[in-house]
Amino acid sequence: MYIHSAVLFRNRLFYALVALAGIVVLAGLYSVHLMEEHGHIITGMNNQIVWGIPHVFAIFLIVAASGVLNVSSIGSVFNKHAYKARAPLAGLLSIAMLGGGLTVLMLDLGRPDRLLVAATNFNPTSVFAWNIVLYSGMFGAVAVYLWTMMEGRMKPWSKPAGFFVFIWRFILTTGTGVIFSFLVARQAYGTAILPPMFIVISFAWGLAVFHIVQSAIYAWTNKVLDDYVQKRMKNLLGVFVIAALYFVVAYHLTNLYFARQSDFERFILSDGGIYPMLLWAGYVLIGNVLPLALIYLPGFGKSYHVNLASVLIILGGFSLLYVFIIGGQAFPLSIFPGFEVKSTFGDGAISLYYPSAPEILLGLGGVAVAFLITAVGIRMLDFVPHEDTKKFH
Amino acid sequence: MIDNTLNRRQFLKSSVGVAAVAVAPGILLYGMANGSSEGASAKVRWGMLIDTSHCAEGCNDCVTACNKENGLSGGVAATDSQWIRKIEIKEIAGGRQLSLPMMCQHCENPPCVDVCPTTASFKRADGIVLVDKHRCIGCRYCMMACPYKARSFVHEALHDQNPDVPRGKGTVESCTMCVHRVDQGLQPACADACANKAILFGNLNDPDSEIAKKIRTVASVQVRADLRLNPGVRYQGL
Repeated sequence: MYIHSAVLFRNRLFYALVALAGIVVLAGLYSVHLMEEHGHIITGMNNQIVWGIPHVFAIFLIVAASGVLNVSSIGSVFNKHAYKARAPLAGLLSIAMLGGGLTVLMLDLGRPDRLLVAATNFNPTSVFAWNIVLYSGMFGAVAVYLWTMMEGRMKPWSKPAGFFVFIWRFILTTGTGVIFSFLVARQAYGTAILPPMFIVISFAWGLAVFHIVQSAIYAWTNKVLDDYVQKRMKNLLGVFVIAALYFVVAYHLTNLYFARQSDFERFILSDGGIYPMLLWAGYVLIGNVLPLALIYLPGFGKSYHVNLASVLIILGGFSLLYVFIIGGQAFPLSIFPGFEVKSTFGDGAISLYYPSAPEILLGLGGVAVAFLITAVGIRMLDFVPHEDTKKFH
Repeated sequence: MIDNTLNRRQFLKSSVGVAAVAVAPGILLYGMANGSSEGASAKVRWGMLIDTSHCAEGCNDCVTACNKENGLSGGVAATDSQWIRKIEIKEIAGGRQLSLPMMCQHCENPPCVDVCPTTASFKRADGIVLVDKHRCIGCRYCMMACPYKARSFVHEALHDQNPDVPRGKGTVESCTMCVHRVDQGLQPACADACANKAILFGNLNDPDSEIAKKIRTVASVQVRADLRLNPGVRYQGL
């Protein structure tokens, strides 16, 4: 009787969660409808801050979608059994987050109805156009990879498929970094460190998302994560967080060394109001110091510590992207170096940005899309890791 | 027999007449839609030379003329389109002050064209950089890429547009160098409106044009020349 009611409760909880996510998706779609109806005037974006909160959500989801596949790669490419058992779940999460991120990116366009134009007019010099190919190719590649892992007869192909996905996602995250690297005139961007930075950051964010989803599944199914796996994955998360921080530090240090960039760095690191606050408190403290303490300090590092660390890493990730994308645009373009500048178009002035409800809902809608794909996928197909603990050692 | 011939002749005549009546409006409309059959020529490179010493501080005539010509509201909110703007600059070392108009610089190597995913941003053979409003998906990547902040995004529905200057909500736009006027042999509205003749418009490729002669004789610079985009707009006295 007790077991029966527990199952019933879980069933209801599942449908309640799915319904909640559905409502968030609908709210996001309604926001898109409003943006279509009234134009982007109802968002906080303007001619100075042209990319806003929707892009923070979209880029987080896309970067994490690439990074989460690390779990698959370690299994397929590097033959680690503990990770191999988790590869299908990582593949599902990748498709889910890519789907959510792309939904946000596409629906934020000024003319989302012209998607066919984007598909039929290809500009080979545009990294955006490359990314359209890379993102849609990623869906296909991961879908085939999942098929090879989940269909018995296709098993022999899972290693080459995994290898292909491994290469593809490196190129994909490079492409995402290059979107900013190719911006020649903006102080915040236009540097070759961005693609590798995005790749390493993707490892950390993707694994953080994986940890949370895996723990939720284990709690839901009353399974206990094997100690060995827990320890391995925890340490890997810590290493990725440190590596990502290293790239962020190197990016800012390089900028600090260039005299022409010092005003920009002063803005981002100390004088820019919300941006230094989000960088130091959001990214450095919440996204790095606290998670690393939770992972490595003696007495910590238990499963729930790692889950909390993962949530903090994700929050830190959003903070970093907010500073990078919006802070990078808020700082005035240097059109006349050596001059004080003013105009009616915000020249020489810090641009202001206040995200509005519709654009935040659009971003959350993307997260809800990712959640729905994940929840329904796990419910319908066998994505729960099955491991043979003997093979670990 | 004679009747038959006449009938045939009449039939042919009326057929030709009907065909002509049916086809003529099409040909006429096609002609109107395509304008002159002559396309932009690569022998021409349209450009401007802006003499900052003649550009008066506080004067906004070029901006007003541009807004009127292109059907812009003239608003200066952060979401309003500004195709041309006056910038007041003051040299940090020395305090020299200047006033100048800034608009699309119509680069030879335009970053906006490079980054546009759908080739909506394009450069005409005569150097004028434009946005195809039917192809723009409104991603705003060109706005991120432009070093001169020359582009605006249409944030809300438009009314009372100038039929010669199509615009559209959700697409990006910028100075067209008044391409609709230039193609008729006229000057851009800003150059026409400048009482001080601070904006000189012409063909940079024609050695006998006024602009080419002046560029040969006075010192002029391209803004952010370090980026090597080779803008078609040059500034004198900067």
